[in-house]
Amino acid sequence: MAEYQNLFTRVQIRAAAYEGAALDGTWTRQGKPFFAYWIGRFGDAQIGPFYLGTTGLLSLLCGFIAFEIIGLNMLASVDWNPVQFVRQLPWLALEPPAPSNGLHLPRLQDGGWWLMAGFFLTSSVLLWWLRMYRRARALGMGTHVAWAFAAAIWLYLVLGIIRPVLMGSFGEAVPFGIFPHLDWVAAFSLRYGNLFYNPFHCLSIAFLYGSTLLFAMHGGTILAVSRFGGDRELEQIVDRGTAAERAALFWRWTMGFNATFESIHRWAWWFAVLCPLCGGIGILLTGTVVDNWYLWAVKHHVAPMYPQVWPTVIDPATLPGAPK
Amino acid sequence: MRVARVKNVMRVSIAPALVVVALAGLSACERPPVEAVQQGYRGTAMDVVINPRDDAAIAKENVVPAALPAAPAEGPLASAVYQNIEVLKDLNVAQFTRVMLAMTQWVAPPEQSCNYCHVGNMASDDRYTKRVARRMLQMTRYINTNWKEHVGKTGVTCYTCHRGHVVPQNVWFEQPDKSSGLTAENSGEGHPTKAINLASLPDDPFTEYLLKSNEIRVISTSALPSGDRASTLSAEGTYSLMISMSQGLGVNCTYCHNTRSIASWDASTPERTTAYYGIRMVRALNNDYLVPLTGTFPKHRLGVLGDVAKINCATCHQGVFKPLYGVSMAKDYPELTGGVIASAPAAAPTDGTAPPTASLVAGH
Repeated sequence: MAEYQNLFTRVQIRAAAYEGAALDGTWTRQGKPFFAYWIGRFGDAQIGPFYLGTTGLLSLLCGFIAFEIIGLNMLASVDWNPVQFVRQLPWLALEPPAPSNGLHLPRLQDGGWWLMAGFFLTSSVLLWWLRMYRRARALGMGTHVAWAFAAAIWLYLVLGIIRPVLMGSFGEAVPFGIFPHLDWVAAFSLRYGNLFYNPFHCLSIAFLYGSTLLFAMHGGTILAVSRFGGDRELEQIVDRGTAAERAALFWRWTMGFNATFESIHRWAWWFAVLCPLCGGIGILLTGTVVDNWYLWAVKHHVAPMYPQVWPTVIDPATLPGAPK
Repeated sequence: MRVARVKNVMRVSIAPALVVVALAGLSACERPPVEAVQQGYRGTAMDVVINPRDDAAIAKENVVPAALPAAPAEGPLASAVYQNIEVLKDLNVAQFTRVMLAMTQWVAPPEQSCNYCHVGNMASDDRYTKRVARRMLQMTRYINTNWKEHVGKTGVTCYTCHRGHVVPQNVWFEQPDKSSGLTAENSGEGHPTKAINLASLPDDPFTEYLLKSNEIRVISTSALPSGDRASTLSAEGTYSLMISMSQGLGVNCTYCHNTRSIASWDASTPERTTAYYGIRMVRALNNDYLVPLTGTFPKHRLGVLGDVAKINCATCHQGVFKPLYGVSMAKDYPELTGGVIASAPAAAPTDGTAPPTASLVAGH
């Protein structure tokens, strides 16, 4: 009997490689499939055959161009020194145009490279979305995964182009870079008076943590009832057996509520999709509709008030004669 | 049997990977435990965070030297006895000599002693060090007299910054723009420095806020948009300055701010007011006392752009919330607290090669 009390997949199947469902387009699948044992520890051991297609090929090409623009500019920022490039990589940045540039097309060195990298990265992502949608259709599947991906693309587009355009400045967008984009997030929250008071940020966090929680609980539940055939989820959806009954009872007794073997996947899908969807709305409203989320929360009696423990502190800039 | 096999897999494949990931993730962290001292109302996380393992090392760096014996109040004025005295005219000979001795102890290298500033004729201004020292004496008196909002009754002496070094250890110079041809310019985000705790933020907040008077306040003062167009990049600049202050003082943000609303004065601690004046004081000293000395210094004391060494919070504080833990050396040296000095300070030293400051400071 299969074992599920492990981080790794314990059973690997070796047979003639599966060539995939028949294709009706001009592209064919390429490469001789093979099996990789260590890949099989985490997922399906079969690698290949590969289907690239027009959108896949163009997406990889655009992604490569964006990757090169970002990487080479970062390399240039350390005087083309490969050692410093590796050492400082987490800090290196490709920054958007200066705020004073507005929405004009800047020179390459003044943010033009950033715009170009953003263009190619966006093209790459959208082309990959198109590939995802079309592959799903070609396989006769629903397009749920493509729409979930679209939710993430929405947040990316809000941060990178929609909000900056609404604010009238490419400079409002996020820099490329590992630490730079993180420090940007902190500065963004500071500038707009603390993003934690943004209700859509709250919702986004709730769905983010909710997603991880549901993911772990669902995975745990299915693994726990797999000894009763619970891993055959599709069968349990239409023909509920003891695995589904036990899982449902366990949930009701410990959580007070149970989903079904079908609806749990809708729960998880919506939680995941609503995370970037709400996040995108929250970002879009920041600076365009609300300028200081803390003051907004005070205005609407959301932020609690605490007793003063210090003598009243007055802004020195309001005192006559104080240096400005 | 099966259990043993599972354990084996854990040991071989996961454990080393976990260790590597954990070490990489923790390499920038301080080892716990740290102490958090509650400052504000309960539940507001207004804590001052202290790492007790750093205390001994910091304390060792902040030992206050013993004061020289006080000078008698009577006696002939130094300016009547010695020649070429411009600043310490109000001191008698004993007081004057005491200041000279203290400066030797605090600033001059022991092997050179008096000769670091004086050569042969004690009245001679030949050495640049003497001309700088004279200006620094004026600066010290100016701080103790005109910046009480920042230095309080504690005051400053030469030692506050110098600590036995001819050039204080925490000074800064402007950095050249990295002109890079066709490749992208950046605001310094990619060049981590210790002064801003290796943050990926604009790396020179000092030129922008402690030399120039760029607007530090970037947080909107109204809930809804009302014409405030401060950019996110400007917030990164302010953030960079604030981190440099945090580093310079060895404190975290909540020493001054309630981080749920950084901008709100009514939620801030009184220390924020002191810091407000500190920023303005440093800016005034850089522009009125240090930049005018540019031409006085020899080339090897200047930065790569030919600019003079300038100060920031760390110059005096040196990683401590109050320099020397708030011990007042100035109270033992009444010679260094002069009368009220007009806020437009005295002219630069007589060699007159310093550039005008007006071009550097908008609206100062």
